[in-house]
Amino acid sequence: MKFSLSWLNEYISLDMGIEGLTDGLTMAGLEVDSITPLYDSLDGVVVGRILEAKPHPNADKLRLCQVDVGADEPVGIVCGAPNAAEGLVVPCALPGALLPGGIKIKKGKIRGEKSGGMLCSAKELQLAVDAEGLMALSSILKPGMPIKEALDLFDTMVEIDLTPNRPDCLSVLGVAREAGAIQEPPVALSHPEVVLPEAKASLGTIGDHASVAIEDEDLCWRYAARLIFDITVGPSPQWLQRRLLSVGLSPINNIVDITNFVMMETGQPLHAFDFDQLAENRIVVKRATEGEAFTSLDGNAHTLNSEMLMICDGEKSVAIAGVMGGQNSEIEAGTTRILLESACFNPTSVRKTSKLTGIHSDASHRFERGSDPEGVLYALNRAAALMAELGDGSLVDGVIDENPVPYAARTITVNVEALNSRLGTSLSAQEMMALLVRVEFSVTVLDENTLDVIPPSFRVDVERPEDISEEIARLWGYDNIEISYAKVVASNESYPKAFAARQMVRGAFAGLGFNEAINYSFIREDAVDRLRFAEADRRRSLVCIVNPISEEQKVMRTSLIPGLLAVAARNISVQERSLALFEVGATFIAGEGETELPQEIELVAGFITGSRVDASWFGKESACDFFDLKGALEGLFETLHISGLTFRPLAADMCHYTRPGYTAEVLVGGEVIGLVGKVHGEVLKSFELKQDLFVFEMAMAPLASRISGDRDSMPIPKFPSVTRDVTIICDASVRAGDAVAAISDEKEALIERSWLLDRYAGENIPAGKQSLTFRVVYRSADKTLKDKAVNKIHTRLMDMLMTRFDAVLP
Amino acid sequence: MENNIEQIYSEALADIEAASDKKNVEALSTRYMGRKGFVTQYLKNISSLSDEEKPLAGKRANEVKRGLDEAITSRLTALAAEAEASDLGIDVTLPGRPRATGSLHPITRITTEICEIFTRLGFSVVEGPEVESDYYNFEALNIPKHHPARDMQDTFYISPETVLRTHTSPTQPRVMEKSEPPVRIIAPGKVYRCDSDLTHTAMFHQVEGLYVDKKVSFGDLKGVLTSFIHQMFDPGISLRFRPSFFPFTEPSAEVDIRCVICRGKGCRVCSHTGWLEILGAGMVHPAVLENVGYDTEKVSGFAFGMGVERITMLKYGVDDIRKYFENDIRFLRQF
Repeated sequence: MKFSLSWLNEYISLDMGIEGLTDGLTMAGLEVDSITPLYDSLDGVVVGRILEAKPHPNADKLRLCQVDVGADEPVGIVCGAPNAAEGLVVPCALPGALLPGGIKIKKGKIRGEKSGGMLCSAKELQLAVDAEGLMALSSILKPGMPIKEALDLFDTMVEIDLTPNRPDCLSVLGVAREAGAIQEPPVALSHPEVVLPEAKASLGTIGDHASVAIEDEDLCWRYAARLIFDITVGPSPQWLQRRLLSVGLSPINNIVDITNFVMMETGQPLHAFDFDQLAENRIVVKRATEGEAFTSLDGNAHTLNSEMLMICDGEKSVAIAGVMGGQNSEIEAGTTRILLESACFNPTSVRKTSKLTGIHSDASHRFERGSDPEGVLYALNRAAALMAELGDGSLVDGVIDENPVPYAARTITVNVEALNSRLGTSLSAQEMMALLVRVEFSVTVLDENTLDVIPPSFRVDVERPEDISEEIARLWGYDNIEISYAKVVASNESYPKAFAARQMVRGAFAGLGFNEAINYSFIREDAVDRLRFAEADRRRSLVCIVNPISEEQKVMRTSLIPGLLAVAARNISVQERSLALFEVGATFIAGEGETELPQEIELVAGFITGSRVDASWFGKESACDFFDLKGALEGLFETLHISGLTFRPLAADMCHYTRPGYTAEVLVGGEVIGLVGKVHGEVLKSFELKQDLFVFEMAMAPLASRISGDRDSMPIPKFPSVTRDVTIICDASVRAGDAVAAISDEKEALIERSWLLDRYAGENIPAGKQSLTFRVVYRSADKTLKDKAVNKIHTRLMDMLMTRFDAVLP
Repeated sequence: MENNIEQIYSEALADIEAASDKKNVEALSTRYMGRKGFVTQYLKNISSLSDEEKPLAGKRANEVKRGLDEAITSRLTALAAEAEASDLGIDVTLPGRPRATGSLHPITRITTEICEIFTRLGFSVVEGPEVESDYYNFEALNIPKHHPARDMQDTFYISPETVLRTHTSPTQPRVMEKSEPPVRIIAPGKVYRCDSDLTHTAMFHQVEGLYVDKKVSFGDLKGVLTSFIHQMFDPGISLRFRPSFFPFTEPSAEVDIRCVICRGKGCRVCSHTGWLEILGAGMVHPAVLENVGYDTEKVSGFAFGMGVERITMLKYGVDDIRKYFENDIRFLRQF
């Protein structure tokens, strides 16, 4: 909502400065968004008197003028306006001026003649839209006087970011009311007095000419009309054009300008019909016929449905009620008879229609928020009087006022104590009353603790005692409400499991050297193809956005991998080739039917790529591989104290975005929770990646359910350990993991731990064979182990390995 | 034999004193004190002496042995001290071997900080779905279909009845439906709005808060949020509560803090107002409480919501909201 200070001052006498006003409005709930001085661009424009206007020697249509601009010597200016004549007093832009349209004035030559400025039209100064030649100023003005002083052009435009609950402030009068209420002491606003001109008796009364019938009372609560005849349509006077321009509206003609002006003034949208275009001279307010075609004022064609309310004449629709008029009854240059509409429509209906037709107009903006049902006649009369005056028309006697749903004032009973308790204030009934009457609420103090409050008709937002509490709070001042501290009972709830797990997983990955990424939850629809998911894969059950912003953000992700691969590509493209990133976030699998919410599955995924170690003084660069990532996952589980982590080769036909033979399933306690592997070549290509990546993706829920704050502290060993190695030579197809598992499966109490120390194939080892060396640490909790005891177990272990894996000792 | 030992003793002491390094000292130690060394041999030979000579010679031999031991130890200590004194050491300015370091996303860091502050204030963390029903996202929060307040949030639709949640507020009715007052929760999470420009991303993060109990007042709301802002930013920061509108609170407030960039003088970040909008809040609208079956005569409450990106921007000086989701490693490593 925009207004100008000078316009505001028409209705109220304020004695606070601009800062006081704007701060005050902001703190009363009308947030001031911007303050813009108007007419600053007229700084280099002065009053000039044309002393002489001769034809230009080299151009028929130009004149060479000598202009008195208050300087010692007249200035020669070339001018193309037909009305440039001796004695005319006009605005003159001097060199250095920067006019509203961005025109910079410089000294120069036009067709060989020197020109030291520019004589201006009202349009060039953006003081009006008509450009009929130079703007003629009063001849008594002194040449050289700044135009801003000459025309009293000192004004400021203020824009308010208005919340949808305050349609009453979609008008300059509404803002003035608020401004008056926040001033100390408050001042009431004065509505412009409407003096209707004497109706022309020969024209009869309105009932002789026109009728209004409301067929759909549920959607049209009130419809009032007046007739103004013998109108001359033409440009509005400058003051009116300037008012509209000062709030960013374009003047069109006197009739349309008056409807806009009165709407801006009162908040009541108005519409003027060319009465001669209304068939049968009547207005019928009713729902449209399904499928009906209609062209609105802006030239757009619409197909209507039977829920849309239309203003019709005896034959056809002439306006979309509360939204926009039709081309077929538009005010034109030759229009002489006008039917002026001022109505109150059902806000929900206007909003639906506005959405369906895609028309958001100043009128629909106000109606859908709720217009003042009691303000209908004031606005109608105000505009009718102005039309008669400025359009030189004759008012037809009488007014039509169909009001099938009359306004019923609400009485809200307020409990003073309850209201104080809600706000944390201790205001008396009288103090509350004093605040409410500032904004025109009617208040009756029933007793110390009870008020009866009747909100004014324009406050459609006030319905219940809590709404009154807001009025009191904002007028009392939020800053004047004392801070208090609620008695807080200690919570005995810890973080939800999923939340706590997420925090721990994030912390662990950051500790393992990974950087956390957060990607958009939406991806391209074809991402599931690019990841090579099988046809039956449930990750193809996409949740699609009906109104996506772009193709890139069309469906909800079913995997974190596409987002991460895109991040890898983006970083590599800026020469960041060594990366380790992870992300934790929800993925979405479509539910059944329209109403079932999708299944949200939280995953953790990540990747590594590039070098493990950069080249440096202590060593060469080395590329990271599968085992770096596998090691990170092992580190994660160790950090989280989750046991039972195993990896199992994933069958080739189960691999999608990873490469067969380079992919392992991740299992915890035998349950598959995800995978880790090398990204498939085709996938790399489709994400425009040219270097190897290793990725993992796992479900969070199995981790969350296993994370525990409990720890079983074990005694620290008192006796020394004995370390023995064992090397076997076995078939190269034997999986090291199976051999390691075989040792731990022995469940030998004296084996403290064992691991693969070395794996070797090549020279000195027969072809097709490999050598595996394990280190085994033995320890007893209650004695120092003797060699003999260890040897016995170790020999048994070697025998087991040889039998199990068909191996020999070296 | 007597003379012999004295002579060798003085020779040995001289040799030890003259030894220039640890190896020489060790060689001398072997030569004199080793199994075949002179002193050892001498001690062995004592058995062949007469009974009168034995005690004297034995005593002397032990004295010599002790003397040489001391000399060797002291020479070794001296040599070690010399070696240490002459060791020029390493070039400590050579770079260390790097250990991989990771980082948390700035949004994660700030969300965690917010949650920690509120849990200290007695709030519990809850979470809700990101794809939400129209009912919880709007209707339960007193935003009927076709209400102009729906324009305040551009919504992504999945179906006519399903949306990507536009705020974390649906957690309010979801929690209240399942539990009786008192309710004290915060709900962090992702939210989605259908606009994307220089200052908006289609996805961002919010933290919602709700406190419902007997006799909760607007003053209490001011208390909790003032404490939060003082902990989050600076105990000295000034803040203001100003009236605003949300369909699910009444009265509603926006909370501004003094611009942390210009200290209130006015700058680009605060649009020259000197104030930065930091969160929205208000007393829970009675319709919201009625929708979950609470008795509005008995309980009242306040709710609030804040954008994590905005707070992060102010805390970390992030100048472009789009940076959060580009995941440029050069950005992520800064946190």
